[in-house]
Amino acid sequence: MDTALQSLVDQVQAAVASHTPLCIRGSGSKDFYGNLPQGQVLDVRHWQGIVDYDPSELVITARAGTPLALLETMLSEQDQMLAFEPPHFGPAATVGGCVAAGLAGPRRASAGTTQGAVRDFVLGTRLLDGRARQLRFGGTVIKNVAGYDVSRLLAGSLGILGVILEVSLKVLPRPRAELTLQQDCDETTALLRCNQWGGQPLPLSATHWHNGLLSVRLAGAEAAVREAAGTLGGQPLPAANAAQFWTALREQSSHFFAGDLPLWRVSVPSTAAALGFDAWQCIEWGGAQRWLRSDLPAAQLRARANQLGGHATLFRGGDRSAGVFTPVSSAVLRVHRGLKAEFDPAGIFNPGRLIQGL
Amino acid sequence: MHNAVVVQHPELIAALRAVLPAGALLVEPEDTQPWECDGLTLIRQRPMAVVLPDTEDQVVQVLQLCHAYGVPVVPRGAGTGLAGSAMPNAQGVLLAMARFNRVLSVDALARTATVQPGVRNLAVSDAAAPYGLYYAPDPSSQIACTIGGNVAENSGGVHCLKYGLTLHNVMRVRGWLVDGTPIEFGGLALDAPGLDLLAVMVGSEGMLAVIAEVTVRLVPKPQLARCIMASFADVGQAGDAVAALIAAGIIPAGLEMLDQAASRLVEPFANAGYDLDAAAVLLCESDGTPAEVAEEIERMCSVLRAAGATRLQVSADETERLRFWAGRKNAFPAAGRAAPAYYCTDGTIPRKHIGTMLKAIAAMELRFGLACPNVFHAGDGNLHPLVLFDDSDPDSVARAEAFGAEILEESVRLGGTITGEHGVGMEKINQMCSQFDADSLEAFRGVKRAFDPACTLNPGKVVPSLHRCAEYGRQRVSAGRVAFPELPRF
Repeated sequence: MDTALQSLVDQVQAAVASHTPLCIRGSGSKDFYGNLPQGQVLDVRHWQGIVDYDPSELVITARAGTPLALLETMLSEQDQMLAFEPPHFGPAATVGGCVAAGLAGPRRASAGTTQGAVRDFVLGTRLLDGRARQLRFGGTVIKNVAGYDVSRLLAGSLGILGVILEVSLKVLPRPRAELTLQQDCDETTALLRCNQWGGQPLPLSATHWHNGLLSVRLAGAEAAVREAAGTLGGQPLPAANAAQFWTALREQSSHFFAGDLPLWRVSVPSTAAALGFDAWQCIEWGGAQRWLRSDLPAAQLRARANQLGGHATLFRGGDRSAGVFTPVSSAVLRVHRGLKAEFDPAGIFNPGRLIQGL
Repeated sequence: MHNAVVVQHPELIAALRAVLPAGALLVEPEDTQPWECDGLTLIRQRPMAVVLPDTEDQVVQVLQLCHAYGVPVVPRGAGTGLAGSAMPNAQGVLLAMARFNRVLSVDALARTATVQPGVRNLAVSDAAAPYGLYYAPDPSSQIACTIGGNVAENSGGVHCLKYGLTLHNVMRVRGWLVDGTPIEFGGLALDAPGLDLLAVMVGSEGMLAVIAEVTVRLVPKPQLARCIMASFADVGQAGDAVAALIAAGIIPAGLEMLDQAASRLVEPFANAGYDLDAAAVLLCESDGTPAEVAEEIERMCSVLRAAGATRLQVSADETERLRFWAGRKNAFPAAGRAAPAYYCTDGTIPRKHIGTMLKAIAAMELRFGLACPNVFHAGDGNLHPLVLFDDSDPDSVARAEAFGAEILEESVRLGGTITGEHGVGMEKINQMCSQFDADSLEAFRGVKRAFDPACTLNPGKVVPSLHRCAEYGRQRVSAGRVAFPELPRF
């Protein structure tokens, strides 16, 4: 066995034997996310490398410690991309961390397609579980219904079920043309427009509203982008500025995300009414993802999100000790407990990171 | 496969009778016999009882009663599944959800529809049509199969490469755990807190929870679709053309292949105009706005020409496009007329191995002495070889089963999977032993226990026991053939 892999297996076995909690970690770029990390660091960065990449298969397989930037460069050389446009949140972000965090970027709510979440593109995984077993789920083909789809369950699991060792991801060709248009409008109008456009055959690949300005990114065939631009109207943004704009949004490096005020992520149906808080806000994903800078009480934000059919997460900053995620129902919690007991009977992996007490 | 002896449970039957309306409980053999299989007809089993509830309260009471008595429950939609996932259990109750057949709401602005599990796949698109929207996954039994069954099987169709599987098009599933506890997976937002349980619920073949209600994503109907029919003198060349299209950055809305035997099989039946001299025919579709389609069709044609296509024909109008597809869509019924019986498998392989696989199948045809025309979803490497056999001849049946099993084994060897879209059910349970190692199979059992600790919801499907894997190799259990031969299939 490869020494880097052997080392991970040994560390997991030792942790199980000594009941030592482990904090699975790549570069630590997402340490800020989720409930407070606990336990001894299990560094997966040495377990890295592209295992297989054949552009005509639209699949790339990489070890968890592979730098996300490296993988994206390889794809880009072949004019392909990760269609969930993952945020890195740091120069050394890893593929494993990207999948475990399950965070998608601006392209999440591309119109005309229903795929945009990390899990939508996960085809297969290798997992080191809490019995130090190396398990394989899914595979490298796009259609695969053999067995429960555990691979996709691992996307966004924040490591509570085990150490993701390897991931196979579906990739897509880069769009041939891209254009960003901007227009002035208020929040309610922006929400309505985004939803109306989403119901039309328009190649929307991202939307963003902040402070009275709606930005829309079109991506696809040249003819489709050109036609859609005529339909939508608005001022085109020069290509270089547009790229910078969407990257800053994805990486949360724009002005909106600066400062110490807690950052809340409110996930609601795209048609949900305005949240109505007196707080600095930006809206993505056609209305389905709303970022708030606010020190309002968690209960108040969660109640409003719940009323609108969604949930609220304390994404960055603030006090994480009370739990950053909206609690799940008792039935759902029961299943979580069952899964945790099966995959990690000693309870050593990322305790409490996704669900407090689990 | 023979019917096991049905176990009677008079106490439970009496309790069920008390909570169900007249006619919603079937126990007599002549009444339960029509329910003894789904679309996989070679494996049959009468259940102890069939229940046909028409309210959610009744479903909950059925689940609670069965749970209290430790009796297995097998959920069923339209019963069109091809893998035996809805085959009844001799000690159990078959829970037929077909009466839950209402479209509850269509929200045009949010692009969602909320439906009961017994709603037919096509009925969702029909309900969405007035808003210029449709439900993308299109298993070709879509006129009959239900959304509940689609969620259970993670059904595909011909447009998966571009529009995704059922998994990608379902936002929320509300239902019950095996003991009747209400539970909801996903939501109307794009994500929900906690683990993504919806991801394992979809495709779980009715083994994790019973479905009460499904909210699906609707997408705008493309303004136009056009299809190219391309002929190739060699199947390997056709396979390479598929790779070349993808490498050129094209994601066709549909990309299907028929080998010569399949074209010759369907042509007299469908009059699709296929080139019967070609070794392989590719159907390659583009959809979108007229300008977008014109641009893409031109690019597709030049890639196909460069890949050695001997003839290209682009559909001039909608009638012609549908005619091109008619042959492909009717491949199964055509097979049903060409031979007394046919057995369709569902392996998926990396696209680059399409040529290798077709050669391997050709060799198997000689070895097993059975013909096997091939149709498949070339865009995603999902094969549907149609092994033609005579079901009145036990030797022919045995050869067909061995043929099918060997194709699945070859799919695994080539780095693929034993099932792309039909599911494992009972049919491919042995080949699970080839695709997954013992530890991963045990992890699947763990997932099952997390949802259903007593393992009474659709037990014995999908995940083979250790014992079964130990036996597999010495003795291959039955493959099968399909019911509803008249339904178009993919």
